[in-house]
Amino acid sequence: MLSSRRKFNLVASALPSVSRSPLMKHKLFDYTRRFLLLLLVVWTVVSLVTLLIELVPGDPAVAILGEQATPEQIEQFREKHNLNRPAFFFTYAPNDAGNREFKWHGFDNRYIDYWRGILRGDMGNSFRTDRPVVDLVLSRYPATIQLAIAALLVAVALAIPLGVVAGKNRGTWVDNVLSVVALLGISLPSFVVGPALIYLFGVRLGWLAPSGRFHPEDIILPAVTLGAALSALLTRMVRSSVIEELGEDYVRTARAKGLSEGKVVYKHVLKNGLIPVVTILGLQLGVLLAGAIITEKIFNWPGLGLLLIDDGIGKRDYRLVQGCVLVISVTYIFANTMTDIVYRWLDPRIRLS
Amino acid sequence: MNRLAIFGLVVVGILVIVALFAPLIATHDIGATNLGDRFMSPSAEHFFGTDATGRDVFSRVVYGARISLRVGLIVVAVSAFIGTVVGALAGYYGGWIDSIVSGYVFNVFLAFPGLLLAIAMVAFLGAGLNKLILALCIIGWVGYARVIRGQVLKVREYDFVQAARALGASDMRILFRHVLPNAIQPLIVQASLGMAGAVLSEAALSFLGLGVPPPAPSWGVMLEEARDLATLSSAPHTLIFPGIAVALSVLAFNFIGDGLRERLDPRQRSR
Repeated sequence: MLSSRRKFNLVASALPSVSRSPLMKHKLFDYTRRFLLLLLVVWTVVSLVTLLIELVPGDPAVAILGEQATPEQIEQFREKHNLNRPAFFFTYAPNDAGNREFKWHGFDNRYIDYWRGILRGDMGNSFRTDRPVVDLVLSRYPATIQLAIAALLVAVALAIPLGVVAGKNRGTWVDNVLSVVALLGISLPSFVVGPALIYLFGVRLGWLAPSGRFHPEDIILPAVTLGAALSALLTRMVRSSVIEELGEDYVRTARAKGLSEGKVVYKHVLKNGLIPVVTILGLQLGVLLAGAIITEKIFNWPGLGLLLIDDGIGKRDYRLVQGCVLVISVTYIFANTMTDIVYRWLDPRIRLS
Repeated sequence: MNRLAIFGLVVVGILVIVALFAPLIATHDIGATNLGDRFMSPSAEHFFGTDATGRDVFSRVVYGARISLRVGLIVVAVSAFIGTVVGALAGYYGGWIDSIVSGYVFNVFLAFPGLLLAIAMVAFLGAGLNKLILALCIIGWVGYARVIRGQVLKVREYDFVQAARALGASDMRILFRHVLPNAIQPLIVQASLGMAGAVLSEAALSFLGLGVPPPAPSWGVMLEEARDLATLSSAPHTLIFPGIAVALSVLAFNFIGDGLRERLDPRQRSR
């Protein structure tokens, strides 16, 4: 028993970044720790989103109803949305006499209310429309996911062939031109690329509608806009992966046994070279969700981002803002966690690091 | 230094000169509207043409450099300072401080897409230059803290640090005289990339209407105004010039950052 463990340890120490502690115990501990951390992070995100509303200067009720609202209307609004209740478990605010006073409110507070709303599954009622926030968010969610996935596809479809071509022709003019294009793609912000595409294809050529989501082809411009930067980043990664893998022994073997160059690259090199790319893809899915906010605004694409900017922030519907921020963040956390799991599964060497 | 980094330095140099001497370089009053002169194409009178209300685009782009650089400098300085202090304390003392900072705080900040957190902050605080800067600092410092913590963890094990400790130097003296000066190089890289990020975020938030309010000549505001279909179809130059300004600035700071990183870390040179 002891000797076999020692043997394992010897093997393990020869591999980079593998833990040397007993396998199963450590694994379980590692996953539990990660899961608890995840819960802690989600709890913090919800708490931040809940408490951020307290930063609103002045009274949210006045901000929404306007300065002309009568005191009765304001009182009614505050009553309806539970704004009269204390914000948190305790407050430290001026009392009637004007002195700051510490006051304990117990569980009868808005922080708990918001958690109740989440657990109940409605995330509170929108200040403007009185509909449950979750309905509004869910009605827009598919459009955002659709856009993010389309952007991902655009990015991958461009990056893999371009990266392979650049990597195989390392140092030639093809490589240099592609590098410059990739750099441009990374530094051109979506709010420059998007309107430029609208000008070119919507105004000048008239091939595509400048905004909206009415026809299947309407997704092309937003997807390209959102995917452009990612595609440039991926091209660079695929290129350096291909260059690295081309120097490996198995490539020489594959070539020596007479495989065509295409087979060598697409069957062997890409398979190994795509592992780091997959990680980036997953992590970038979250970035795409955040980036989609700007892209949706540019193209009037009716997703979560447009809901957040136009209906939430634009109309000061703070409950809706909370819901949008929460859902985007949780989706982002989920995407990152999934990436982590897939990455570990793909590459056993880092499974336990 | 590679050629791209030199290019970056030149662009940033020009940017700084333009921002400093904006009143001398601008050819027109940036607020002066003239509806008779709207949508004019670039000419000798208006180098970059005019926008939907007849304002001179060149002068506005010139003044926009001031806003971008100001936001960038303040955000980078404040975030780098906070990040350095927190990162250094966490890395040097380790223990529960480090557990909280690197185990919890870093993960919480990683859990938000940076831009979303900034948008959320500004949404609740209200739009405005100062609130934008505050929001960008809040999301920005974590990057510096991570870099510095990693460096300090490495440097504090070096022999000269042990020697200083053996000689009876105080923690603060060891940290500030011995550890930090040796941990600072990656911070410069991070600051350069941070400038790019701050310039980009300022433009993005202003574009969304959450940053500098409209009459101000922020590049993001100009791009938002150029996005209007009527403006776009009759005066695409209102989009092109501020767009080039944002892209060039971001590119330049990124080039400098990449160049510095390459120089500081020779292992990356072959890539």
